[in-house]
This record gives sequence, C-alpha cells and structure tokens, in this order.
Amino acid sequence: MARNVLSPPLGKGSKAKWRKMLPERAIAVFLFLCSFLSILTTVGIVAVLLFEAISFFTEVSFLEFITGTRWTPLFSSKQFGVLALVAGTTLTAVLAMMVALPLGLLSAIYLSEYAPSRVRNTVKPILEILAGIPTVVYGYFALLFVTPLLRGISEDISVFNALSAAIVMGLMILPMVSSLSEDAMRAVPRTLREGAYALGSTKLEVSTLVVVPAALSGIVSAFILAVSRAIGETMIVTIAAGQNPNFTLNPFVPIETMTAYIVQVSMGDTPAGSIEFKTIFAVALLLFAITLVMNLLSQYVVSRFREEYE
Amino acid sequence: MAVISRSDFERVRGRRRWMGRAFHALCLLSVAIALGMLAVLLVYLLVQGVTRIDWSFLTSFPSRHPEQAGIKAAIVGSVYVVIIAGVVAFTLGVASALYLEEYAARSKFARIAKINIANLAGVPSIVYGILGLEIFVRTMGLGKSVLAGGFTLGLLVLPIIIVAASEAIRAVPPSLREGAYALGATRWQVVWNMVIPQAFPGIMTGVILAVSRAMGETAPLIAMGALTFVPFTPTSPLSRFTVLPIQIFNWTSRPQQGFQEAAAAGIIVLLVILLFMNAGAVILRSRFQNKWEG
Repeated sequence: MARNVLSPPLGKGSKAKWRKMLPERAIAVFLFLCSFLSILTTVGIVAVLLFEAISFFTEVSFLEFITGTRWTPLFSSKQFGVLALVAGTTLTAVLAMMVALPLGLLSAIYLSEYAPSRVRNTVKPILEILAGIPTVVYGYFALLFVTPLLRGISEDISVFNALSAAIVMGLMILPMVSSLSEDAMRAVPRTLREGAYALGSTKLEVSTLVVVPAALSGIVSAFILAVSRAIGETMIVTIAAGQNPNFTLNPFVPIETMTAYIVQVSMGDTPAGSIEFKTIFAVALLLFAITLVMNLLSQYVVSRFREEYE
Repeated sequence: MAVISRSDFERVRGRRRWMGRAFHALCLLSVAIALGMLAVLLVYLLVQGVTRIDWSFLTSFPSRHPEQAGIKAAIVGSVYVVIIAGVVAFTLGVASALYLEEYAARSKFARIAKINIANLAGVPSIVYGILGLEIFVRTMGLGKSVLAGGFTLGLLVLPIIIVAASEAIRAVPPSLREGAYALGATRWQVVWNMVIPQAFPGIMTGVILAVSRAMGETAPLIAMGALTFVPFTPTSPLSRFTVLPIQIFNWTSRPQQGFQEAAAAGIIVLLVILLFMNAGAVILRSRFQNKWEG
C-alpha cells in the first residue's frame, strides 16, 4: 500500500484529467492538515509550557524548585519547593489506587471469570457510569458526604483532607481499572483455562494462577493509566483536599495537589506575567511530564510484555 | 512422587474449595461495593437537590441569596461552549480519522499521529486549559470568551472522536471500497459515498461521548479563565461566560446550606442532560451492531 497519499490514483494524466482531480488533491491536503493539527496540539502544549517555565526558571533556581519542600509563591516570603505539591499529589494518587486497584481488579475477575453473561452485560455498563460522571460531582460527594462520614468516625480528620478526596477518586477511576483489566482477561484464550480445569484446578486457582498472570501486561498497563489519571485529576482534590501545600503523608490534614494549585491561581486575581502566575506553567510542565511518562510506560508495557497466544 | 493419604487429600480439597468460595464472595463484594457507592452517590444527590429544582431554578441567574439562585447563565453557557467544541472536534476529528485510515493508512505519519493521539488522550484536562489560555485567550486575542472555551474543549475531546471515528472507519468492509474503486470512483467519492455513510453511526457515538465529556469538564475552563459568577447570558461568541460544572463548583465551595442544595440541584440537571446524551449513544451503537449482524 505504498501509494503517494496526497495524489489520488490516476491514469497517465492529461491536463484535463489533472484539473478534474484538483478537488481530490485539495481534499486530501485539507484532511492532512486536520490530522496534522493533533500533532500541532502536542507541540503547542510543550511549547507553551516550556516557554513560560523557562522564563520562570530564570527567576527561580531549578534546584530549589525540584528539591524544596515549602511552597508559598502567593505569600510575601516566597518559596518555590514543588515537593510540597508533589507530596499532595502522590498521597492522593496512592490512596486512590489503594481503593481502585483491589476493587477494580476483583470486579474485573468477577466479571470476566465468575459472572454469567447476562449479569456481566448488565453490571459492566452500570460500572462504566462511574467513569462518565463529571469530576465536579465527585468533588461535591467527597466534601459533603464522605468527609462528614469520616469525621464522624474520627475527630482528628480535618474538613479538607486527602483521604476523603482519595476514596472518591478511587471510585472514579475504578471502572478504568476494571474495564481495561477485564478486556485483558477476556482476551486470554479459553484453552488455557480449560487446561487448568482439566488438571483439577478450582476457579480461584484458574483465575489467579492462570488468567491474571496471562493478562498481566494489560492489567499493569490499566493500572499505570489509572495512576496517571489520578495524578491529573483536578476537581475532586480542589474541592475536598484543601489548598494547603503541606509536605506530609498524613491523609487527615489539608494538602494541595499540583492540579489544585493551578486552579487556585487561575481563580485568583494574579496578574499575568508575574512570578506567581508563571508558577502554574512550571507546575503544569511537571504534571505534563509525569503523566506523559506514565502513559508511554503503559503503552510500552502492553507492547513489550504482551503474551501472544495465537 | 509422593502419594498422599485419602484424609490428607480430602482436607486439602476441602480447604481449596472453601478458599474458592471465599474468593468468589470477595469478588462479588467488590462489585457490590462499587455499585453500592454509585447508588449512595445518586440517592444522596437526589435527596439533597431534587426539591430545589423548579422552573425558576432553571430560568434564574445566580444570586447572593441561595433560594433565588438559578442556572440560566450556566446552562446557556454550557450549551454554547459544548456546541462550539462539538463542531470543532467533529470536523477535525472525522477529517483526521479519514486521513489516517483512508489516505495514509500504514504510513509512518499515521503511526506517529496515532501514538500522539493516544498520548493526547492522557494529558490532564487542566493542561488543555493552560494551552487554551495561552493560545486562544492571549495569543489569538479571543479573550476569556465562549469561543475560546469552545476551542479549548474541542481540542480536549478531539482524541475521543478521532479514536471512535477511526474504529468505525476500519469496520467498513473493504469489499465496499473495492467495488466502488472498480467502478472508477475517485478516492474522495469512495470516502463520501461508501465509507462515511457506513461509518456514520459509529462516528456519531464517538461525537456524543465526546460532547458529554465536554459538558462535564470544569478544570480546563477555570484554568482558561471562565467566570464563576455570571448574571447574564452570553450575547456573542466573544462574550464572557460560565458553564454548569463551574456553577456547581462555585456553589459547592460555599459554606451555606442553601448553596449546597443548589449545587445538588445543578448536579441533577447536569446528570439528566448527560443521561439523555448517553442514551442516544447507546441507541446508535445498538443500531450499528444490528446492521452488521443482521
């Protein structure tokens, strides 16, 4: 199929034929430009973030940014230690995965191995509703339902805390883990399962010792994608986790994630061009870099470690 | 190989069976927890907000008094922004998918473009907001307008449409194309008369999913600079605006009980809109499947 993509298949052309084909070429060029735009989007994101971040780093040392643990750009004594925000992001993402991974994986095993097809066809779309609910709704739920519930259990928990945001975020990314893992498990050939059953295995043994290992690349890649999603999630943590960049791993106190900080600055009246304003580009660049690495890693895991059975 | 005694065998078998049942219960419990939390979420929202929904809630502007506050500006803003985003993403997305599947399939460019699209789909939405702020608001001088918001969300949901449209286009049987080519059709004639009509339901499913995603997005529009308090409806594409999710966010962050009820009511309206859109997508998808199976 090595054809010249911008010129439609023509016979030996006369001028008239060439003219007739002009709209064809114009359309091909138009379609090419449209598809090129998605590459331009990536270039645009990188260029915008780099441009403003470089200007930020002429004023703030990169070393201070990447190793400091105090983040106070909006106060009069400014400190730019992004680790305070990274800690908040890490904390919420890790806690969210502690909810989403076991629930998502066990749900996937249930749907793929145990559930009759009628149950699966009903439950799966309902679970996927969770993925379609806007994040602001989860934020509302975290702040006004889950937090009061947690505070009823322990009075040490603040109104804004990482735990509540993370639990709800785990619920949000659960369908991502379960759907993608289930797809991977269902791609495991039946013969593998039947072989194991023939040797006298129980369903538990088939699921955990045959199906899950065989689908592991898909499961791991789903897991990485879910982490990346949790890191980039904004509204739940903005609403429920607070705006206090604490360098802590305590889930009961207010923290601030990278994404929530960007929202905080965007909502304020920070003048464009000021150093406070430029911080959001540096933070966004870091966020973009982290999620990009995770997405690439997820694709690499699938392509490199996929077990091929056909 | 060692032979184990009958009693040992039965003991081990009993344990394996028991563990199997426990694991089954655990899996079932996980699904039940997930579904249960969804149910709690929906019921809680209904209880909090449903009494607050009436005609004046839908047709009033926001207010300092929670009992008078409404979502008129937010709904109108959402509809405008989502229409712009949908049109932008539909045009660019379908054109890209056609190029990548029909014109340049298996080329190096298509391979790179597809990797790029997969990565764009994973970029946090707030980063798109910053892109929109720099490119549309500041560089192109559109201001923090409906148009800039629509373009921003259009780029955000573009990967969804490209992926869905590509799949739909790939599902069109090659025999249809070959038949048309054999009759002397040009490539565009094949695409326009054969590929697009066949792929259309699949493409529209993708468009609806993309539009519902755009409808629920908050963070990128905040980063782009959409307003949170808007006592007017946008009059032109260059008007400033707010959207329903931002209005909900604004009300949620206030301490007064009345605003939180308004937020719940706003959420119910938003979810009902999304429900209708997704029902549309499901109907389209089932038609699509029937066509190939029937």
